[in-house]
Amino acid sequence: MTYLPTPEHEELRAMVRELAEERIAPRAAEIDEKAEFPWDLKELLAKQDLLGTCFEERHGGTALDTIAQSIVVEEIARADATTSLIPIVQKLGALPILIAGNDEQKDRYFPRLASGEWLIAFGLTEAAAGSDVASNHMRAARDGDQYVLNGSKRFITHGSIANVLTVFALTDPEAGGRKGMSAFIVETDTPGFAAPRVEHKMGIRGSPTAELTFDDVRVPVENRLGEEGDGFKIAMATLDRSRLGIAAQAVGIAQGALDAAVAYAADRMQFGQRVVDFQGIQWMLADMASQTEAARQLTYAAAARVDAAASDLPYWTSSAKLVAGDTAMRVTTDAVQVLGGYGYITEYPVERMMRDAKITQLYEGTQQIQRLVVARQLLQRAGIGARPRERRETGA
Amino acid sequence: MKIVVCIKQVPATGADKRYTDDLRLDRAGVEAIINPLDEYAIEQALRLQDAGTVETVSYLSMGPEQASEALRRALAMGGDDATLITDPALVGADEWTTAKVLAAALDKLAPDVALMGMASDDARGSLVPGAVAAMRNLPLLSYGAELTVAGDEARVRRLSSTGFDWIAAPLPVVASVTDQVGEPRYASLKGIMAAKRKPLETWSLADVGLSADDLHGAALTRVTDARPPEAKPPTERVENLPAAEAAAKIADWLAARKLI
Repeated sequence: MTYLPTPEHEELRAMVRELAEERIAPRAAEIDEKAEFPWDLKELLAKQDLLGTCFEERHGGTALDTIAQSIVVEEIARADATTSLIPIVQKLGALPILIAGNDEQKDRYFPRLASGEWLIAFGLTEAAAGSDVASNHMRAARDGDQYVLNGSKRFITHGSIANVLTVFALTDPEAGGRKGMSAFIVETDTPGFAAPRVEHKMGIRGSPTAELTFDDVRVPVENRLGEEGDGFKIAMATLDRSRLGIAAQAVGIAQGALDAAVAYAADRMQFGQRVVDFQGIQWMLADMASQTEAARQLTYAAAARVDAAASDLPYWTSSAKLVAGDTAMRVTTDAVQVLGGYGYITEYPVERMMRDAKITQLYEGTQQIQRLVVARQLLQRAGIGARPRERRETGA
Repeated sequence: MKIVVCIKQVPATGADKRYTDDLRLDRAGVEAIINPLDEYAIEQALRLQDAGTVETVSYLSMGPEQASEALRRALAMGGDDATLITDPALVGADEWTTAKVLAAALDKLAPDVALMGMASDDARGSLVPGAVAAMRNLPLLSYGAELTVAGDEARVRRLSSTGFDWIAAPLPVVASVTDQVGEPRYASLKGIMAAKRKPLETWSLADVGLSADDLHGAALTRVTDARPPEAKPPTERVENLPAAEAAAKIADWLAARKLI
């Protein structure tokens, strides 16, 4: 059993860290304040080949292992959570195609996604269907060699700036969300598509979270992923993998806050000594560090199981996201505490990190949904099985 | 058209500098980087390659075996191949020895331009470009803010007290550039991956036609003393004051030292 990062992982981390410290961190406060998508940093990440890490080399990607992909996200999130969503969502949106797409679909879209020329988004959540994915309403009616999409989506990260979406809609409303939902690739310049509204958010403010409307949006049959009715299965398989990106983001946010707290405490003088020399502060920093490390190691352990195609993958990725999200919230809150009043003002980055951390407990499955997933796997392992009410599949 | 960029591996800029008993820089356990001033030479060469002016960019370094890491890092930024000259007889090499060995290697590699940074971050002698040009009997275009190559001529644009001078010389030349070249690029992920497959050769002294006897014990100069700079008094900060009060305080401070 290897339990150490490889030299390649270390080299990758050093590369992304240098880039993030020199080019991303100095932009973070402004991105947050103006709530503007950082197009310049999207270009930078594309140029450095950091948006194609999940794609094969024949599509222009770098085909990194999942631990390496986590390291990329983590190091960017350490500087700025908003910017880390660029590679996270590029993978999230592409995962349905990676999982269920055919070669023709991959060849058509992956080169433009791997190069960063195009952005993609993942359209699953609806206003009335968050955690309860199966309650989706959006329709896709077959009409000859096309599907006609009608309905709306909500809370779609990058939905208003993406060139293409993977979208979930009911092809058989009577069969319901679990059996009657299908997945489609939709280019956003298709007539009838609009992104009329972008949310005002507490954190990750530079990352547009959009409401999307589909008014007779016609999609060719060859843009359907898998078979009719595969949608729910594809969505769940996507989330089983994508939530690891959020775990990595959470670890990065926590590490960023810890590093800021250590630097501040080493500099700040009170009662004639450095704040960092007070044992009470040291204990806080030690807790923050060891919890962050635990979250990181669980994230890597889950990442290794993605590549090994482990049968109990949801157990690992949900555990990692649960622990990492809660850790990010706790560590950023403590970082604000270490900085005292200075932690509460925008002159220092930790208040932003605390606001950014909160989303990692909410999106790609709330922490409560992660617990349901972990518990279901736990009971399965024990051969007990869940009671029917809890057996309902849940996701986003 | 071919450029060879000469690079040196140095301790990281912020690293603690320690000396061995014989007053050489102790490199053990210290993070090592490409001399930051050499990165501008790399950037200049790669820009010429990007523009299609130069076909081949090679790297050359003299140093211990671990200096191959610096060459790999340069290859990750771009370029085609690299050569490391390493030999036990080179331990303790000074500028003269370095220039002699680089000159011999450059004679063998025969580039149109041998390009260097203006100085190294650790020793800061700034002697090697001139010494290499003299030993190879080639023109030196030094301290360029920019290097251009056209036809059989190279030019550098050099900052002067009145503006810029353009200095031209027929190829082949030895040239050095400054940080005015512009920010060195970051290595891309594909660049890092590709660098592992690019050729990196290791040469001994014999491979460049020299022997230990040619080097007079690796150095003509001798370091007689080395010590860290004297600690500066702590910085006095003027903070959290209205502008007028702060300005008066700074003026008093300067006046007390007869600076204004």
